[in-house]
Amino acid sequence: MSDTTFENTIEASNLTKNFGKNIAVNDVSFQLKKGEVLGFLGPNGAGKSTTMRMLTGNLAPTNGDVKICGIDIISEPKKAKALIGYLPEMRPLYKELTVNEYLIIAARFHKVPSSKIKKALEEAKDRCGLSHMSKRLIENLSNGYQQRVGIAQAIIHNPEIVILDEPTVGLDPIQIREIRKLIRDIGRQHSVIISTHILPEVEMVCDRVQIIDNGQLVFHGSIEDLKAQRRGNKLLVGFSKAPAITKLKKIKGVDMVEKVENNMFRFHFKDKYLPAEEIVNLSVKEGWGLYHINMDITSLEETFVNLTQTS
Amino acid sequence: MIINVARKELKSLFASPMGWIILSILMFGFGTLYLQGVNSYFEVMSGAIRPAERVGVTIFVGSKIYSTALFLLSVTTPMLTMRLISEERKSQTMPFLLSAPISLSEIVIGKFLGLVIFLSILVIYIFAMLSTLNIWADIDFGYLIGNSFGFILLIASFTALGIFFSSLTNQPIIAAITTFIALVSMVGLGSYFASDPSHWFNYISMTKHYQSFTRGVFDSADIVYYLLFIVTFLTLTVRRLDSDRLRG
Repeated sequence: MSDTTFENTIEASNLTKNFGKNIAVNDVSFQLKKGEVLGFLGPNGAGKSTTMRMLTGNLAPTNGDVKICGIDIISEPKKAKALIGYLPEMRPLYKELTVNEYLIIAARFHKVPSSKIKKALEEAKDRCGLSHMSKRLIENLSNGYQQRVGIAQAIIHNPEIVILDEPTVGLDPIQIREIRKLIRDIGRQHSVIISTHILPEVEMVCDRVQIIDNGQLVFHGSIEDLKAQRRGNKLLVGFSKAPAITKLKKIKGVDMVEKVENNMFRFHFKDKYLPAEEIVNLSVKEGWGLYHINMDITSLEETFVNLTQTS
Repeated sequence: MIINVARKELKSLFASPMGWIILSILMFGFGTLYLQGVNSYFEVMSGAIRPAERVGVTIFVGSKIYSTALFLLSVTTPMLTMRLISEERKSQTMPFLLSAPISLSEIVIGKFLGLVIFLSILVIYIFAMLSTLNIWADIDFGYLIGNSFGFILLIASFTALGIFFSSLTNQPIIAAITTFIALVSMVGLGSYFASDPSHWFNYISMTKHYQSFTRGVFDSADIVYYLLFIVTFLTLTVRRLDSDRLRG
């Protein structure tokens, strides 16, 4: 739609928003690169939605600025807004209209030329799997389909950036899978920001993650970084005839061993020194009855909790 | 863009029962007045009235309809204007407009025009209804045009006031009630002070400024009065939405 000379489709610098004395977003800076899916993670009330409202020009920041493909959203709101497709947390659907009527209005509002509206409409419906719902009243659609209409509304004008605020909230597992697939699909052609508080979703959908808490950015990195944090050099091992902990601690590379429950142990080990083989060999030799050995990766929630509580 | 917002507003009005109900009630009301006017014209005019005081059928029927319009409108417009912003806020659809590349003034003017066009259907309807008298009589089209023009200005200023009250609250009902109170007190005070033509209130009275149109007179002062009224409230509405954007 616009020229492609910008590497960063969104550049937010020092974004701050105060509601009276309450600081909702505090000095948040980040970039969104072309063609990536950025996940915005954070507990409820962390400032995700407020940040998104500022990115889309729905709310003026107290401080800082937002550049959309190099265009300042405060000084040139019309130009900047034309490059964004936004689905707020509460879907802005006119329920008395049919899917077609609503999407045509969305296309017109986003300056799709009238000769191209029909094509844009068919394309958006096709991508969101809405083609057979064209003449239905939005009011009568199920939750999942209403969400698709919301997404269709955000992509109908083929924007550079698509911003989706909690797109999978309140959907059933099948719908969630479909919406996630759709988001990945959109991510191939547009830069996408999604916010969520569902952790696995981020890993499934996003290239990069940003964790926000109490209005501040507490983690910022690729999904690999998050995974590394999450894996955290821990093994969960179960023995049916467990030996004394002191014996386990002597295994090479093991930092610490803690007993989790009856016969389960958590091994903390040094970086890049996976003692799994050693444990298996030793267990066979000593007859400890090894029945479970796995990376301890239940800790995504923990990572998240750690990150959001230390701030 | 203004046109697109107005089109969206019209679409919503026609898609919901509220628009149709209000339009049909108003038309029923005006139709009944028309019928009564035509029926009683011959009774009133043929009998005791002195020839010098006799008036034409256009004015006899028309004045009945157009003076009632003032009252009927002040009751019904609040029910339509409350939707304009309050309802969008309540159903959380405001971001749809705000994140589109449309300015706040375009949104407000578009919404305003949408409703004015919708209510102008009434003006056309009344004009057409009164024009049918021309089949039997030679009617005064100047009178009709003057009244229609005044009627549209009245609709526009009621709508401008309504959209402002609608922008103040998230509760459509509260928007409707406050608009209703404002309109009725304006019209009421206007007719109260109308008996004393020298009173200062007549300068700002909406009814007073409407009266010259009902006589078929175009007075530039009246037109400016209405335009100022409309511009003032639309500006206030834009300011109000802008402060929402700034303060959150």
